[in-house]
Amino acid sequence: MESGFSSSSMGFMENVEQPHVLAVDDSDIDRKLIEKLLKNFSCKVTTAENGARALEFLGLGDHPNHCNVSKVNLVITDYCMPGMTGYELLKKIKESSVMKEVPVVIMSSENIPNRISKCLEEGAQMFMLKPIKQSDIKQLRCHLMNCRS
Amino acid sequence: MERNNIRRQVALMRQSLFTQGYLDEQFVQLEELQDDTNPNFVEEIATLYYRDSCRSLQTIEKSLEKTPHDFNKLDNHMHQFKGSSSSIGAKKVKAECQQFREYCRAGNGEGCMRTFQLLKKEHATLKKKLEAYFQMARQAGPIETASRPK
Repeated sequence: MESGFSSSSMGFMENVEQPHVLAVDDSDIDRKLIEKLLKNFSCKVTTAENGARALEFLGLGDHPNHCNVSKVNLVITDYCMPGMTGYELLKKIKESSVMKEVPVVIMSSENIPNRISKCLEEGAQMFMLKPIKQSDIKQLRCHLMNCRS
Repeated sequence: MERNNIRRQVALMRQSLFTQGYLDEQFVQLEELQDDTNPNFVEEIATLYYRDSCRSLQTIEKSLEKTPHDFNKLDNHMHQFKGSSSSIGAKKVKAECQQFREYCRAGNGEGCMRTFQLLKKEHATLKKKLEAYFQMARQAGPIETASRPK
């Protein structure tokens, strides 16, 4: 199993019928794919093409505001992105007093154990290997909603 | 009657794309995501892929023309391109990407250039085959594809 789990489950998405997910990826194709995958699992999806846009949406950018903060239940981000990596985005989210409770999932096409543990240590909820499949999203929902199969 | 024939042809075309190794399991994932709300999902993804990948290939080609080769830069570009190719299930293209990256890591410029030519060929071949497949599939009309249990 390529995915990594962190031991603390947030239960953040319990009782949330239509979780709002912010999906961050610089690849057009991967953005379209992850959006469809998430929508198929009843998620409301906002996409961002880089870390800076993601932070702006979350209200953590240059002009801080908190209007989107309470709306986002999960951030799922690609690791390798130009400018700000997914890891750096993760750090910024975890450093923020308002956003740090929001689960962040990292995606990568490369299975590098160091990278995975680094992300999990920084507070990533889960690490998923690309290309992402439906079974990965199912697992993600289950994990974040505290299901135990 | 005619429609059944077309449907049979579509199924055969599809099957050969897999058996001849052009596509892998990821393509099936895309097909499974296609539904009433997104009835052309697979073709849309393929179109997006070809639009993006043409640009990527041009960038890589330009980089290859510069000597000495910046293998780091080439590897980075190829990493991205490999990622998209993987997301669409382009099996042969992905394999050439992998080979290219290995040559980058070995600092083998000749190998990179040779592989790049092969890569472009595979990329173009797949494009033709997919275009033909989608065109035929459109003629056949909406098909109830057998989907595997989720």
